[in-house]
Amino acid sequence: MDFLRPASWEEALAAKAEHPTAVPIAGGTDVMVEINFDHRRPEYLLDLNRVGDLYEWEVGEESVRLGASVPYTKIMDNLRAELPGLALASHTVASPQIRNRGGVGGNLGTASPAGDAHPALLAAGAEVEVASAARGTRLIPIDDFYTGVKRNALQPDELIRAVHIKKADGPQQYSKVGTRNAMVIAVCAFGLALHPETRTVRTGIGSAAPTPVRAKAAEEFLNAALEEGGFWDNGKIITPSVAKQFADLCSAACNPIDDVRGTASYRRHAVGVMARRTLTWTWESYRGTRRASEGAA
Amino acid sequence: MRVNFTVNGRPQEADDVWEGESLLYVLRERLGLPGSKNACEQGECGSCTVRLDGVPVCSCLVAAGQVEGRDVVTVEGLADYAKQRAEHGGCASGACGTSLDEAQQWQAKGTDSQTGEGTELSPIQQAFIDAGAVQCGFCTPGLLVAADEMLERNPNPTDADIREALSGNLCRCTGYEKIMDAVRLAAARQGEAV
Ligand SMILES: Cc1cc2nc3c(=O)[nH]c(=O)nc-3n(C[C@H](O)[C@H](O)[C@H](O)COP(=O)(O)OP(=O)(O)OC[C@H]3O[C@@H](n4cnc5c(N)ncnc54)[C@H](O)[C@@H]3O)c2cc1C
Ligand code: FES
Ligand code: FES
Repeated sequence: MDFLRPASWEEALAAKAEHPTAVPIAGGTDVMVEINFDHRRPEYLLDLNRVGDLYEWEVGEESVRLGASVPYTKIMDNLRAELPGLALASHTVASPQIRNRGGVGGNLGTASPAGDAHPALLAAGAEVEVASAARGTRLIPIDDFYTGVKRNALQPDELIRAVHIKKADGPQQYSKVGTRNAMVIAVCAFGLALHPETRTVRTGIGSAAPTPVRAKAAEEFLNAALEEGGFWDNGKIITPSVAKQFADLCSAACNPIDDVRGTASYRRHAVGVMARRTLTWTWESYRGTRRASEGAA
Repeated sequence: MRVNFTVNGRPQEADDVWEGESLLYVLRERLGLPGSKNACEQGECGSCTVRLDGVPVCSCLVAAGQVEGRDVVTVEGLADYAKQRAEHGGCASGACGTSLDEAQQWQAKGTDSQTGEGTELSPIQQAFIDAGAVQCGFCTPGLLVAADEMLERNPNPTDADIREALSGNLCRCTGYEKIMDAVRLAAARQGEAV
């Protein structure tokens, strides 16, 4: 095995171009487990810890450009206002020690259907910025990023530079089912974001299909129902029948399996419950801010 | 490969390191510092917790090559680390720290309550002994490093803060109540000392 230690982003891309089989290692919280247990013996490890750019983030007008290696702890501490869904999801990852090392770039690299960043990214709306020495930078819409179980749209010579995540324009929630609070891989998970500016709702489902997915039919149903009922303007409570139909459609968007963590039918059921709850929480919060701003006006 | 890094305030060099080796392995097998424990090698138990540039991490999940030029504190150096922090707000001179020899010999003797003899422990270490938070002791080093770091950041933790900070450290013996007592005790003593 060789240990490659690029000191800059350009060097990292050059090393990846020269050795496309090199395994990047950022926080190492996925990679080292595989090496410790001899599940993986890469020819080259490509250490990204020295590439300072990957640890930085920039808050722009529309979105946050989050460096691939920014650890979850930093997201929770610094980006809660801009990225509430991702901050909540980050807090459910493993333990403080893991959150101090692991980040969204590694979560995307692994592309596990259970990765906690994914539902939050899908719900918020995001693009993955990847680059190669040969072809430069491209942006992959998050909806196109997950291509199969633990597979993603990266080419062998590409690295993830950052994720561009839409800044929240409304309430966001993240919900996860597990046996305890700390150190659990999700049985299933659900992210929801209200986007009052575009009057849309977006979702993300984790651990209930071969890849993280959005419940698109549920979103379309809800967008239409909210528009029709004038909900965005009148700020009424969501009709229980609308919430139920939304939850059912979210369940239907799942394509889960039975495994040690839960059965397929449990996952479908739980996703429906989380969909209804996160919708209620975010909508109540939206109504609250509407009332507050009306009161001020 | 060779890895140069700082351990407990002193520069160290580890030789013949395999590229896929963990920091935990380097500490235990190459530097002879068995304080950091190996229980799971997959980040689940926290018994290998050390500070990497001040941040608590599972040393079993850090690749050895990633620590080149960086700063590691292990449980063997915790007493000195806490002392420097209390007296000088940290080690600025570079003259402090725990040598490899001292670290290898290090034992948690504590201060005997009757004779007053023994080595000086960090407040969190003494509190673990006084509260009876150590049974088999396997989880203790990781818990000490994690708890000490929390008290550094948050001198007046609530019970929820303590549980959160220690949620990555498993103990199969104590049932955690005595560990909670120990951290509360260390926090209270820290408050009195100020
Ligand atoms: C005990 C334990 C509990 C865990 N619990 C959770 C949990 O609750 N939720 C969860 O989502 N995850 C969990 N994980 C998994 C892991 O912590 C996350 O997936 C984390 O986000 C990985 O980030 P990392 O930086 O450590 O990745 P690494 O291990 O460094 O890398 C992971 C993968 O991404 C690739 N990669 C990393 N950076 C880049 C880049 N810039 N460009 C291209 N490829 C890259 C690597 O080659 C590798 O394939 C857990 C892991 C452990 C050990
Ligand atoms: S040995 Fe590292 S977390 Fe268990
Ligand atoms: S004292 Fe035995 S594991 Fe904690």
